[in-house]
Amino acid sequence: MPRWVATANAAGRGLAVVVLTYLGLLAVTFFIGRVIPVDPALAIVGDRAPEHVVQRVREELGLNKPLVVQFGLYVQKALNGDFGTSVLTSNSVAQDILKTFPATLELATCGILIGAGLGIPLGVWAAVRRGGAADHAVRVMGLMGYSIPVFWLGLMALVLFYAKLGWVGGPGRIDVAFEYSVPRASGLLLLDAALAGEWEAFGNALSHLVLPASLLGYFSMAYISRMTRSFMLNELSQEYVVAARAKGLSEARIIWRHALRNAMVPLVTVVALSYAGLLEGSVLTETVFSWPGLGLYITNSLQNADMNAVLGGTIVVGTIFIGLNLLSDALYRILDPRTRARS
Amino acid sequence: METRHGVTQPLLEVQDLRVTYPSRQGGLAEVVRGVSFSLGQERLGLVGESGSGKSQTGRAIMGLTAPGGRVQAERLTLGDVDLLRCSETERRQLRGRRMAMVLQDPKFSLNPVMSIGAQIVETLQRHQSVSSRHARERALDALAAVQIDNPRRVFDLYPHEVSGGMGQRAMIAMMLIAEPQLLIADEPTSALDVTVQLEVLSILDRLVAERGMGLIFISHDLRLVSSFCDRVLVMYAGRIVEEVAAADLAHARHPYTQGLLECLPRLGEPRHPLPTLDRRAEWAQ
Amino acid sequence: MNAPTSSPTQALGWKAWLLSERPSSRRQAALGRAYAGWLTFSRNRLAVVGLTTVAALVAVAALAPWLAPYPPTVGDLATQRLLPPSALHLLGTDDQGRDILSRLIFGARITLYVVLLVAVLAAPIGLVVGTVAGYAGGWVDGLLMRVTDIFLAFPRLILALAFVAALGPGIENAVIAIAITSWPPYARIARAETLTIRQADYILAVQLIGASPWRIVLRHIMPLCLSSVIVRVTLDMAGIILTAAGLGFLGLGAQPPTPEWGAMIANGRQFVLDQWWVAAAPGVAIFLVSLAFNLLGDGLRDALDPKSVK
Repeated sequence: MPRWVATANAAGRGLAVVVLTYLGLLAVTFFIGRVIPVDPALAIVGDRAPEHVVQRVREELGLNKPLVVQFGLYVQKALNGDFGTSVLTSNSVAQDILKTFPATLELATCGILIGAGLGIPLGVWAAVRRGGAADHAVRVMGLMGYSIPVFWLGLMALVLFYAKLGWVGGPGRIDVAFEYSVPRASGLLLLDAALAGEWEAFGNALSHLVLPASLLGYFSMAYISRMTRSFMLNELSQEYVVAARAKGLSEARIIWRHALRNAMVPLVTVVALSYAGLLEGSVLTETVFSWPGLGLYITNSLQNADMNAVLGGTIVVGTIFIGLNLLSDALYRILDPRTRARS
Repeated sequence: METRHGVTQPLLEVQDLRVTYPSRQGGLAEVVRGVSFSLGQERLGLVGESGSGKSQTGRAIMGLTAPGGRVQAERLTLGDVDLLRCSETERRQLRGRRMAMVLQDPKFSLNPVMSIGAQIVETLQRHQSVSSRHARERALDALAAVQIDNPRRVFDLYPHEVSGGMGQRAMIAMMLIAEPQLLIADEPTSALDVTVQLEVLSILDRLVAERGMGLIFISHDLRLVSSFCDRVLVMYAGRIVEEVAAADLAHARHPYTQGLLECLPRLGEPRHPLPTLDRRAEWAQ
Repeated sequence: MNAPTSSPTQALGWKAWLLSERPSSRRQAALGRAYAGWLTFSRNRLAVVGLTTVAALVAVAALAPWLAPYPPTVGDLATQRLLPPSALHLLGTDDQGRDILSRLIFGARITLYVVLLVAVLAAPIGLVVGTVAGYAGGWVDGLLMRVTDIFLAFPRLILALAFVAALGPGIENAVIAIAITSWPPYARIARAETLTIRQADYILAVQLIGASPWRIVLRHIMPLCLSSVIVRVTLDMAGIILTAAGLGFLGLGAQPPTPEWGAMIANGRQFVLDQWWVAAAPGVAIFLVSLAFNLLGDGLRDALDPKSVK
């Protein structure tokens, strides 16, 4: 069987899994939104809404139709990006999400850059110098990272670094003074400010970003460095490392070009999963830092019983999760020559 | 190596080599206990069972003892280089260029994410300054020298895409490309099918003879070693218990060697009961 | 060392009896294995620290009414608001004049409650799904694993948020929400173990006797998966505590005036700039308990699963 047929088969199967998972996500959110509440329409508009509004929503949702048909409509709407209207803002949920998502993207991306950028070298160092300072640091950091509540650490860090020491900007993405001086292009404040040449605003945004991004970066680093160490230890005990030494290669080359290159294969999955975790963790972080991202949007909507918004946000985050899982699978396949071939 | 007076200086001299590891119950365990031999431009077989210390001997000579292990010797010289007094950098220089090692299973001893050609080129470029194009040519020549039919195709393949025999030949090519004088082969054919074993051995045989190299052939297979090597050293519990020319193997004197010879299966004659090795504690002294 | 096979009160002592290489009864063998496991576990000092802390947590929760110096939900609004730590109030008071230490002590009950309930809900679901999938094979396996994978691909906290949004805030709903998103890893582990065990000869033997599949799964396969799942549950407990605290922080867990640790942090957030101890103390408590469970879980894994190398 020619190689491309095997690859197409695998891709087709992968796609089927993704589609199924996405449908599963929609099914769960549908269940939460329609099946659990006694009156889904009331759940959406709140119990103080006038009767005709409730009736309208009931018709929109098609509540008198059989459940399967309702689910079909629901899926159709979701695929079109129609998550309903937010009771709070009266915008479409999709619009709201588009507005708030870049803030979360900025935060999570900076977090993962710190996490991977610092975590991978630290993990390598910990594996190479077993029992050394880096080794202990990785283990301790790993334990801390799995034990400290992110929102509490954020709160304490805010008190220390902003209130007491004044080293960083406070809650929010940017000082009120600069709020309108950056034209909105991508929604990523740093990028937009740099593009517009507004360097003062850039510096201000950076000072606000540094603390929450470092917070997320810390948790990411704890996980990534621990996994890197584990993978590197595994690789360094392999026979090909002995052979590489027998060839007279320098330790540096063996570590980076041979061992790490092999460890990269599972490591990419770890980084993708960590990124997904950061998106999740941003829910709590954004609350503490009043960061106007998707997480804050979801929690605000939650506190205001805005079901459409909550579920819409959940679907978006869930979809990104599924996408990241898919991406990490694909990257694993590309990076490991053993999985590319199918003899 | 010939000196001015025509007397051959040994390629490798080992005297009272000891390798110690910390044991799990605390204390130290000596896995190589005073091994001495010298090697010229010949083929030396090092035979023993698992745990006899034969692999550890080979690795100690190469300087590849696992961390935690301690290597001591009264004398360990490669030609005129005193391996005991070398710095780590000097040792690294020697590896690949003057002494090389072929490992057992190419599935594990070749880097799975690098193409075979890239790994061979890497060895060459480490020890000689050659352009990439020239290095590629040399690598292709090396692959041809180990009787790989289509070197260009194999050059771009990954280790898992070739058979065991081909992988082992690629490994030999990789280790010999920088033209070392000493080759230590640690069970080079143990992971291969019997028919492929003979092929690989004959390639090894030819290359070693062509280049005038010294070869240490480590194996557990007494018969294989005796047919391939000039001299045989038998190891048991970290010591050399017998040193004999391959041709004289039938006249071995140590009871362990005799026991091993007895145990070798013989076709065409009934042997009941099958002989087993009756170990005696004094062999481990 | 051959221990006497009769009663353990012989001169050689019960230690030798437990570690004997020739146990004379199943109970002796089982006890001996448990003892050997304990020896391995106790060699790891950090793990013992974790175990002690968890035991202390249980003790504190059980003895809360006697340990707490003040009532946890009633405070003196007039004179005791937001006092800094002192001899009278070791951790200070909050904005309702309630002693923080007492609230923490009673909060331990809630933490334990959540952790136990989630474990009791999620672990059996995971076990059943995993062992049935592994034993049945075929389309049952495929279907169950698809469902498991789907749940694994979901963001845990967000889904718990959505559940609580629909069910309404409250500690039981939080527990259900967390449990629903926690069972997939246990199913995976149980299935992996089942697949290994399924090939064993004694399973074949029991099948030949005519045991029904349910009996085989329940009595023969599940007990063997138990230790791996227990290790994983313990390791997960820290994450469960953190997720529950997160839900509490967002106001979705136990409702006021219940002294749930996460909610206490949210409460203390309003005046954290001046009276930082109100928010700090519950966080430290969460940290210590999570850390203890992590250490305990690590120790259990090293003791029970010799294959895992650090």
